[in-house]
Amino acid sequence: MDTIIEVTGLERKFGNLRAVAGMTFSVQAGEVFGLLGPNGAGKTTTVRLLNGILPPTAGQARVFGLDPAVSGEAVRKQTGVLTEGPALYERLTARENLTFFGTLAEIPEETLQQRVDEQLSFFDLAGRANDRVEAFSKGMKQRLALARALIHQPPLLFLDEPTSGLDPEAAQHVMQLIEDLSRRNGQTVILCSHNLTEAQRLCDRVAILNKGQILALGSLAELSRKLWPVTWLDIEFQKTPETRVLKGLEGLPGLLQMQAGGTGLAVQVESEAAIPVIVRQLAEGGAAILRVNPRAYSLEDIYFTLQHKQQAGEA
Amino acid sequence: MNWRSIRAITFKDIKEVRQNKAAWIPALVVPLIFAVLMPIMFVYLPQAFPGVGGLSQQLQEIQQLITHLPTNVAAIFDGLSLEQIWAIYIIGFLLAPLFLVMPLMFSTIIGADSFAGERERKTMEALLYTPASDSELFLGKVLAAVVPAVLLSWISFLVYILVVNATSFQVMGRIWFPLPAWWPLMLWLTPAIAVLGISATVLISSRVRTFMEAYQLSGSLVVLVLGLVAGQISGVLYLGVLTTILVGLLVWILDAALLWISIRSFKRSELITKIE
Repeated sequence: MDTIIEVTGLERKFGNLRAVAGMTFSVQAGEVFGLLGPNGAGKTTTVRLLNGILPPTAGQARVFGLDPAVSGEAVRKQTGVLTEGPALYERLTARENLTFFGTLAEIPEETLQQRVDEQLSFFDLAGRANDRVEAFSKGMKQRLALARALIHQPPLLFLDEPTSGLDPEAAQHVMQLIEDLSRRNGQTVILCSHNLTEAQRLCDRVAILNKGQILALGSLAELSRKLWPVTWLDIEFQKTPETRVLKGLEGLPGLLQMQAGGTGLAVQVESEAAIPVIVRQLAEGGAAILRVNPRAYSLEDIYFTLQHKQQAGEA
Repeated sequence: MNWRSIRAITFKDIKEVRQNKAAWIPALVVPLIFAVLMPIMFVYLPQAFPGVGGLSQQLQEIQQLITHLPTNVAAIFDGLSLEQIWAIYIIGFLLAPLFLVMPLMFSTIIGADSFAGERERKTMEALLYTPASDSELFLGKVLAAVVPAVLLSWISFLVYILVVNATSFQVMGRIWFPLPAWWPLMLWLTPAIAVLGISATVLISSRVRTFMEAYQLSGSLVVLVLGLVAGQISGVLYLGVLTTILVGLLVWILDAALLWISIRSFKRSELITKIE
């Protein structure tokens, strides 16, 4: 897989404030990579650094093998950015907005209007193409802003809070679009968000940021394993199991601890290899097992655990 | 330099301003006063009130002044009546500085709005993420103010020609305006002064946070300074066509220097840090 973004020790200071404080990560082609963190974590500054509209104070970034601080124009020809606000020209029409940004993205004159029409149709805005943007709803503006970011078919897309301020239906629509971009078109997507449900659904890997630093980096599974190397199993029985059945589990290899209560049993195991042994032991003892669920951690669990750990570390 | 991008920025800005009637309609009042009301007033004033307010005395003074003019200019006044001398002196010479600063008066709004307005309307960031280079952004913005300003002053000049000749025909008995030096003044020197003032205004707009800051700074600094300069150099009309062309060339050289310095010092990274 090709590496699209390579960042090493990237730093950006504003006075004494380190908005980006020594980040190192890479993004592969076709990945949906999440930059997650609270406001002021350094997400937007990182996007600006990677697009060459802000030079770093230390460290290095390579986007498509180019240094954005030196070759910003060449980098920006290959990137599309959905800014946090729609940033559209409200006094112009949807068509005029797309034509303007398409021209600056150097789409040839001959194909520009065709591309504009395609984008308007794709984003369901063809019927309002000649209306001024100021009359659009928030959802329509967000779709138009997405159309603007995609008009030159960039291989790398930066989406800063793409569903912020949208109603659930419009947010769902935008999320579906982002999924399609990566899965169907193979575009690489950098998603900046503090919406963790959205990030969990869309991202292959995430970098969790706070105060300009990466707290953790990896896929959901990798991060779960890092934070919780042992697994919890939640077992549910049809009726409360006999004590001797539970006693029979004691001393099984890989079992660390048990918490029994009524028809439920929580078991902590060293690794997933211990699960079949435990289930067999219970079944042979005559326990009527209804469900066995390895406890899954959400991105939210991971995110808040990391943020709390950092706060505790600072305190 | 990608001229297609520059043109796109220019036309986009002009289109946006055109949609904002509240901004440009008041700005049309000034050219209307300069091109229509003032010539009418100055032509009819001595006819309507020949003895009032010491007008006849002023006419005598003008006649005195003419004797100090270069011979080729003084020749214009040879054999003319006092009313005719008044008309030519006031309309053909004294009102000229107004035309030199007219584009600045109109374009200060557009120039001040160029970057500060984008910042206030929160459209700046999307513009900075485009592949357009810093110099293309700057030039696109300068031209967006220069083009309508110069066109407006040329249209005003055409209106001025019509109004002056129509109103003074009775006094002059012929079509006499424009005097030869007005052509290089309007077609060469006025655009040069417009570029000078607008480049400074756009540069100010890129350095401050709000439109009002940019407007006040450029209005009080740029228009005032260039107004004084224009007032002085309009004297070239007395020196003829060639001098006007040479002074224009000097201003164009200043323009090139200012644009060069502006483009070199203009950085999108400084603009982006002012967003939020």
